[in-house]
Amino acid sequence: MNDLGWIDPVLSAARPQAMGALLRYFRDLDTAEEAFQEACLRALKTWPQNGPPRDAAAWLIMVGRNAAMDDVRRRARQTELPDEEQLSDLDDVETPMAERLDGEHYKDDILRLLFVCCHPELPATQQIALALRIVCGLTVKQIARAFLVGEAAMEQRITRAKARVAQGKVAFETPGAVERAERLAAVAAMIYLTFNEGYSASAAEVEARKPLAEEALWLTRLLLRLFPAEPEIMGLMALMLLQQSRAKARFDGDGNVVLLEDQDRSQWSQPRISEGLALIDKAMRHARPGPYQIQAAIAALHARAARAEDTDWAQIDLLYANLERLQPSPVVTLNRAVAVSKVKGPEAALEMIEPLAERLDGYFYFHGVKGALLKQLERPDEARIAFGRAIALANTPAEAAHIRQHLDRLSG
Amino acid sequence: MLYAILCYNVEEAVGSWSKEHHDQTMTRLHGVHDKLAAQGRLGPVARLLPTTAATTLRKGREDMVIDGPFAETKEQLLGFYIVDCASLDAAIDVAKDLAKANPSTGSYEIRPVAEMHESHLPAEKKPAA
Repeated sequence: MNDLGWIDPVLSAARPQAMGALLRYFRDLDTAEEAFQEACLRALKTWPQNGPPRDAAAWLIMVGRNAAMDDVRRRARQTELPDEEQLSDLDDVETPMAERLDGEHYKDDILRLLFVCCHPELPATQQIALALRIVCGLTVKQIARAFLVGEAAMEQRITRAKARVAQGKVAFETPGAVERAERLAAVAAMIYLTFNEGYSASAAEVEARKPLAEEALWLTRLLLRLFPAEPEIMGLMALMLLQQSRAKARFDGDGNVVLLEDQDRSQWSQPRISEGLALIDKAMRHARPGPYQIQAAIAALHARAARAEDTDWAQIDLLYANLERLQPSPVVTLNRAVAVSKVKGPEAALEMIEPLAERLDGYFYFHGVKGALLKQLERPDEARIAFGRAIALANTPAEAAHIRQHLDRLSG
Repeated sequence: MLYAILCYNVEEAVGSWSKEHHDQTMTRLHGVHDKLAAQGRLGPVARLLPTTAATTLRKGREDMVIDGPFAETKEQLLGFYIVDCASLDAAIDVAKDLAKANPSTGSYEIRPVAEMHESHLPAEKKPAA
């Protein structure tokens, strides 16, 4: 069979582990990347004839390490490794040796690789771009397209980010439990940002930005395989799957936003929903709730409702109350107010958001919600002011158009 | 005799298939399914959710519930077929047809079925073809 479509997926699947190990050996992102590229080139030459090695990551680590060896010997500071002659017969020797070298390390290797991308001095977009380049292996061109910028600008951004990382101190020793948990949390936050960059795009941009959401899912699945018993990682995965399940129904033919309650639920992706719900079930068993799990549970209540009017708003209100306690934020309260308006009516909801006015004055969604509540309370003049404010603050033409519909209905 | 054909593959790699590769592979696989179905030899077929959705109950004096699949291996059980085959050779031929439709990495384990119970699932729970 001449279809070689299988090689790329095998290479990208092995990439995080191989890059993570190469980074540990060489302690330098550029060297690790070059070594990995070289190993991939050799794989493309030999795999089609010989078939894939039993352990693709181990093969790539060994070949990449050997290829970069001469170059790096001068720089020294490597982990102790066997003589090169012993490595020449890659077919038989590579696997047990790689397992001995990497068996215990690979989880921390991959986590470190992700964590160096989350350098706190890097702005979020640079963290994301770096992770997409280094861990997911997207090309600069692909990343540039997803961020809607030119290739040269993205190249520069990534080079700058790498230089920042190279200056900083990266801990190469095995992290302790607390440090590992902190790394995991930082990586999870970066991944969720990546997802939102893709998911919050407008209809016109959503196709170009789709890889962001998909790579975020890929990265979370990777994390979950490494740390299969972390309920917050399950929650993050579930949250993204459940949000992503609605992707097809979120815009109408003209690119206008379709609100959750108006979406055609038959367009929601059932496989994604099933997987999301399965992960929430798993997470709940741990009885260690966290923000991602709670948000996922809220998304699950929407996914479980066959029709908008079947939504369990009382339960959603409770979940938001929990989220407020765990992660107090005016935006969470604002979201809760929407649930409260369904359970207790618009009056109670309006009362709830009024204290937020000062902090959320510059937030489009605040004025949109306020306008909708005022409209329900039949206070059209105030509603009109709120909607006008929302339109002025809208981030995208689609958002503005959506509010305009409300305004039109007010005058009608 | 009924045979189970268990599909093992590198899950991360299958998860990174491009849409084209996925669609082409599925079209080829459906060709194999259709042939078996037309011969009245195809039993239940299941594709399982990723192992990240798996939970394992380890039996013991006290049962232990563990997150993740039964074993952490490079190749994971991703799905299975039940096929009626006259002989082991015939079952190997089916696996070979599947492998031709979906080449590259992975393995098919061929296991004769000792006992199979009738499905009592209501019609709407029958998995989609």
